[in-house]
Amino acid sequence: MAESKVAPKIIPGELALEGVSKSYGALHFRKDVVQNCSFTIERAKLTVMVGPSGCGKSTLIRLLAGFEQPSAGRITLDGAPVTEPSRDRLVVFQETALFPWMTTWENILYGPRARGELTRETLDFGEFLLAKVGLQDFRDKYPLQLSGGMQRRAELARAMINNPKVMILDEPFRGLDAMTKELMWEYYSRLYEENRRTNFFVTTDIDEAVFLADKMLVMSNIPTQVRAVIDVDLPRPRRLIDLVESDRANDIKKQALSILHAEAMRSFSRGSKAAADFVEAYLKRASRA
Amino acid sequence: MNKLTKILTNRAFWRGALSVAIFLVLWEIGARSKVWMAPEFFAPFKELLGAMGFKKDYLPWVGAVPAPSGVLKSWIAVLGQHGYWQSWYMSFFRVMGGFLAAMLIGIPFGLMLAVSRVAHGIGFPVFEVLRPIPPLAWVPASIIFWPTQELAIIFITFLGAFYTIVINVLGGARSIDVRYFQAAQSMGSSNWDIFRRIILPGTLPSIVVGSAVGMGITWEVVVAAEMISGGGSQQAGTGGGLGFFIWNSYVGGSYEQIVVGMISIGIAGFLSSELLRWGGRYATPWLKVR
Repeated sequence: MAESKVAPKIIPGELALEGVSKSYGALHFRKDVVQNCSFTIERAKLTVMVGPSGCGKSTLIRLLAGFEQPSAGRITLDGAPVTEPSRDRLVVFQETALFPWMTTWENILYGPRARGELTRETLDFGEFLLAKVGLQDFRDKYPLQLSGGMQRRAELARAMINNPKVMILDEPFRGLDAMTKELMWEYYSRLYEENRRTNFFVTTDIDEAVFLADKMLVMSNIPTQVRAVIDVDLPRPRRLIDLVESDRANDIKKQALSILHAEAMRSFSRGSKAAADFVEAYLKRASRA
Repeated sequence: MNKLTKILTNRAFWRGALSVAIFLVLWEIGARSKVWMAPEFFAPFKELLGAMGFKKDYLPWVGAVPAPSGVLKSWIAVLGQHGYWQSWYMSFFRVMGGFLAAMLIGIPFGLMLAVSRVAHGIGFPVFEVLRPIPPLAWVPASIIFWPTQELAIIFITFLGAFYTIVINVLGGARSIDVRYFQAAQSMGSSNWDIFRRIILPGTLPSIVVGSAVGMGITWEVVVAAEMISGGGSQQAGTGGGLGFFIWNSYVGGSYEQIVVGMISIGIAGFLSSELLRWGGRYATPWLKVR
């Protein structure tokens, strides 16, 4: 493909967490958000983490990105400990974090320019990515002039140009309307299927998780731990229409939902508002399935 | 030409013009009328009005101010005078001097307070103690302190804009979304790069807002400072700035000229804000989109 010519070789990495804990505050104000959490984000796989909102997923992301340090345990990328933010582990945030004062093109080139790596090859790769995310006509527009879906795609390109070893996506499609969201799923999984980077995708949406994942981590509510690991062995390339008719997809969904339900009931009995919302949403969805 | 026809066919423009016209007509009629209102109308309130300091049968009425036609005549007469334009020039010079100094010192100072904990710890307490002092309270002290009256007035205008600019820059820099920093850091930005490409443009909208507000205060302050300090003029009556122009007209009993001075300041303030708005739009192109 054309990419082999312009794109530097992708070297996917493997992120591992071993017994990671994170707590905030001290003494009896102490709150353990993540407790003794271990899992691996496998090389060249799309790992999706799904859990109720407010379950500490964003905290985990800050730890993985290196914005914060764990209180205990180890995070390693290909065996080397993670200590600070780095281009190896780039985060695509919830809602847009594109710089509003830069055009699409300037945003995409931000990383290479910051590191002084603006070579002919990088510019070509930038052009390639711009075309890949379908924003050639919007190259000189500011983020406020783009639609929600375009902003997400621009941000994907801004991350990919840095060739991170791991891409971390924190509920990237949250806030998009249902139609755009489904288009973005297909679009994003096509991107992934083409280049097979290591991707870590965090979501609260079980349909999104089943559609995208190679491997699904189902999380418990605070303190955050992995409740179950589910292999999503659906064939690729995936299309939304195939998944709707797939019994296997529905089985996986039911499996994940039952774990999440038990988890939500547990926190509901402890009086969490987020959990109450989740139970309600779950019941609606279960009656539909 | 196209733009002109666009304005002339705009309803909002004509509504505005009508509003100004009605105001002028009412003013003219009011100024020409020699009776304010039937005296018996306010007879029941006589005691109360007397207690407030009004004379027996005198209430302020529009007839006490010069009519717009008289103001216009006086204005036309003054247009040919060197002193009038000299006043414009002096006031503009002081406003721009004080304002530019406030920008040059205030923007870096505000940014420094925002990015450095140490600078904030050292600089902010003093700043917060001085900030509530109104610029006009500085007039006597600055006349004593500065070698010339000109510098004293510029210093006072500087104070008018300085605090507003610093507070806006500080607040603006502080409210930049933390994810921008995280994203920039992850992509390998150095601290300098983050300052130059995230903090600076991220603060720019607040700089523009702070400057616009500061500019307004500057005009308020310069006029008062000119009145109090006697305009800093060498020869009386010329070169004292628009504030002194008004004061001088008052002392000289030329009431039409007072209004001429007032309107001139209105125009001057409007022109400066327009200039600033234009500059602001140019500096923050990403905000005017859509």
